[in-house]
Amino acid sequence: MLANTLRSNYLKAAAGTLLLAIGTLSCAPDDKTIRIGVFNSLTGGTATFGISSSQGIRMAADEWNAKGGLLDKQIELIVEDDQSKPEEAAMAVQKLINQNRVVAILGEVASSRTLAGAPIAQKSGIPLITPASTNPKVTRVGDFIFRVCYTDSFQGVVCARFAVQKLGLKRMAILKDIKNDYSVGLADYFRQNLLSLGAQVVSEESYSEGDTDFRAQITSIKAADPEGIFIPGYYTEAGLIAKQVAEQNLKVTLIGGDGWDSPRTAEIGGAAVEGAFFCNHYSADDTSRLVRDFVGAYEKRYGYVPDAMAPLSYDAANLLFSAIKRAGSTDGRAVRDAIAQTRDCPGVCGTITIDAERNARKPAVMLQIEHGQYKIYDVIYP
Amino acid sequence: MHQFIQQLINGLSLGVIYALIALGYTMVYGILRLINFAHGDVYMVGAFAGYYLARVLGGGSGAQGAWSFLLVLFASMAACALLGYVIERAAYRPLRRTHRLNALITAIGVSLLLENLGQLIFGADPKVFPELIPRTTVAVGAFEISNVQLIVVGTAVVLTLALQFIVHRTKIGTAMRAVSFSHDAAGLMGINTGRVISFTFVLGSALAAAAGILVGLYNPKIDPLMGIMPGLKAFVAAVLGGIGNIPGAILGGLIMGTAETFTVGYLSSTYRDAITFVILVAVLLFRPTGLLGTPQQAKF
Repeated sequence: MLANTLRSNYLKAAAGTLLLAIGTLSCAPDDKTIRIGVFNSLTGGTATFGISSSQGIRMAADEWNAKGGLLDKQIELIVEDDQSKPEEAAMAVQKLINQNRVVAILGEVASSRTLAGAPIAQKSGIPLITPASTNPKVTRVGDFIFRVCYTDSFQGVVCARFAVQKLGLKRMAILKDIKNDYSVGLADYFRQNLLSLGAQVVSEESYSEGDTDFRAQITSIKAADPEGIFIPGYYTEAGLIAKQVAEQNLKVTLIGGDGWDSPRTAEIGGAAVEGAFFCNHYSADDTSRLVRDFVGAYEKRYGYVPDAMAPLSYDAANLLFSAIKRAGSTDGRAVRDAIAQTRDCPGVCGTITIDAERNARKPAVMLQIEHGQYKIYDVIYP
Repeated sequence: MHQFIQQLINGLSLGVIYALIALGYTMVYGILRLINFAHGDVYMVGAFAGYYLARVLGGGSGAQGAWSFLLVLFASMAACALLGYVIERAAYRPLRRTHRLNALITAIGVSLLLENLGQLIFGADPKVFPELIPRTTVAVGAFEISNVQLIVVGTAVVLTLALQFIVHRTKIGTAMRAVSFSHDAAGLMGINTGRVISFTFVLGSALAAAAGILVGLYNPKIDPLMGIMPGLKAFVAAVLGGIGNIPGAILGGLIMGTAETFTVGYLSSTYRDAITFVILVAVLLFRPTGLLGTPQQAKF
C-alpha cells in the first residue's frame, strides 16, 4: 500500500515534470523572434504623442531587422493602445507581460501613464524604458525602469532661467493641469527656480485635462497683471488656453514645456501661439548628421517633420536593442544590467549616458513658434 | 469689481450653452416624464455634423464667415432633428405603454450607443472645430467681450425666443402644452399625441445641435465623449429651474454657468464639476420642484 502510494507519487511527479517541461517549451516565446512590447496613446487626448512615438520605435526596429535582426532573430513589436488613460496603460502592460510574454517594454510618453504601467513591469522583472516621461517619480518606481529624456527638475530650471535671464520676465503666472503628475511637478520646479532667481509668481491657477473653458482662470490671472504665463500642460489645452488669453486681450509671453511639442499646438492655437516659447528635447532644424538622417527618413516614410516624441522613442528603442545585443540574451536581469551600463550611446536627441538613478543627462532646447513652425531659439546644457 | 463683472460675462456665455441643452431635457420631461439621458450625446453629434460641414465650407471674415456659420448651424440642427426623431421612434416609442423605468434605462443605452458609435466613426482623438469667424475682441467700457461670445449669446437668445413663439403662439405648441398637461385628455380632444411627442424630440435635438455648434465656435475642441459632462450639467440646470418648465431651464442654465465660472475663478478649478452636484443636492433638499417649478401630485 505504502509502496503503491510512493510509486504513484513518483509517477505523478515524473508526469508533472514532463508536463512542466512541455509547458515551458510551448510557453516559451516564438524562437524566431524577440518580442518587444510597446504601450502608447494611439487614440485619446494625446494621440499624436503615442502615434509619433510608435512610429519612431517602428523605424528603429525595421532598421535593426534589415541589418539581420538582434541575436540572430527578428525583432517583433507588439503595440498596445492605452487610449491616453492611465488605467488602460496598466492593463496594456499587464497584457504585454502575461499574455504576449515580451522581454522588454518601451513606453509611455506621458508620465502619469508610465507611472501606472511601470510598477507592473518592475514586479515582473521586465525592463521598461520610457522615451519621454519627465516626472522624477517615474524612474524611482524601481531598478528596472529607465528613461532617455531629461527630468522635470532640469526642465523646470531651463524654463525658469530662460524666462528670467533671457527674456527678463519678473512677474510670472502659472496655469497648470492639477490632475497631471507631469504638469504639477513641472510647475513646482519652475516656481522654485523662478523664486531663487529673484523673480516672482504673481498668480497660480489650475485646470483639469479635458477642460475647454479657461476664461475664469485667465480673468483671475489678468487681474494679477503678469508679464508671462507658464503653461506646463499638453498641446490640446495649451492651444485653447492661448486662444482664450488672446481673446481677453492679455498681452503676455507664453512659455510651455515639452508637452507642447505637437503640430496641434499651432493648429489649435493659431495666431494666439505665435511668438510663444517651449522647452523641448530636440530641434528638427539641427544640422548634425544623425538628426538630418532621422528627420529625412521619417519625413519620407510618414510625410511630415517628426515632433520630439518620434526621435526620443527611436533613441529609446536603439538603446534597448543595443543593450540586448550586449547582454547576449533576453533574460530580464541581464538586459536590465546592460541598459544600466549604457555610456555615450549616440542618439538623435543627444548622446545618452544612463546615470545611477536610471535617468539620461542631456541638454534641452528652447523653441519659438513662428508662422506655425517651431524654430530653435536657444540650447541649454545641464 | 472689474474682475467680478468680467467673470460674470464668462459665466453667462457658458450658461447660455447649458441653457440650450437644458431646454431639450425639460421639454421631453414635460411631455413624456422621461429623462432623456441620450440628449447630451445628441449635442455631441450636432458638434460633429457641424465640424464636417464647416471643414468643407471654410470660414472667413465678414459675410462669408457669417453665411458659413448660419449654414453650418441650420444643417447641423436639421441633422440632429432627424436623429432625435429616429431615436424617439426606434428606442422610446415601442416602450411607451410599459413601465417608465424601461424607457429610462433605454435612454442610458442609447447614450452609450451614441458615445461608442461616435468613437468608432469619428475616432477617439479630439478634433479642432474650424474657425468659421475670426476672433476679435470688442472692448465694452473696460471689459473684454469677444465677438464669439456675442455670437454665442445672440444665437441662444434668438433660438430661445423662437422656441417661446412656437410653444405659445402656434397650433403645435398649444398641442404640446396640452399633451404635457394630460396625454389622455389631449388624445380625446383629437390631438395626435404621437406626432406631438415626435415634434418635441425634433425641437429639443435641434436646440442641442445648436449648442454643439456654439461650443465648437467658442471652445473649438470636440470629441465623442464631449456630451457627457455638459449633458449632466444641463440636466442639473433643468432640475434647478424646475424640470418641465421652459423659462426655468434657461434660468437654471445661466445659474449653472455662472456658478461654475465663479467657482473656478475665485476658488479652484478642482471644484468645477463638484459645484454642479452641490447645487443638485441643495435643490433636491430645499426645493425639490426647482426654482420656477410648482408642486404637483405624482401620477402613476
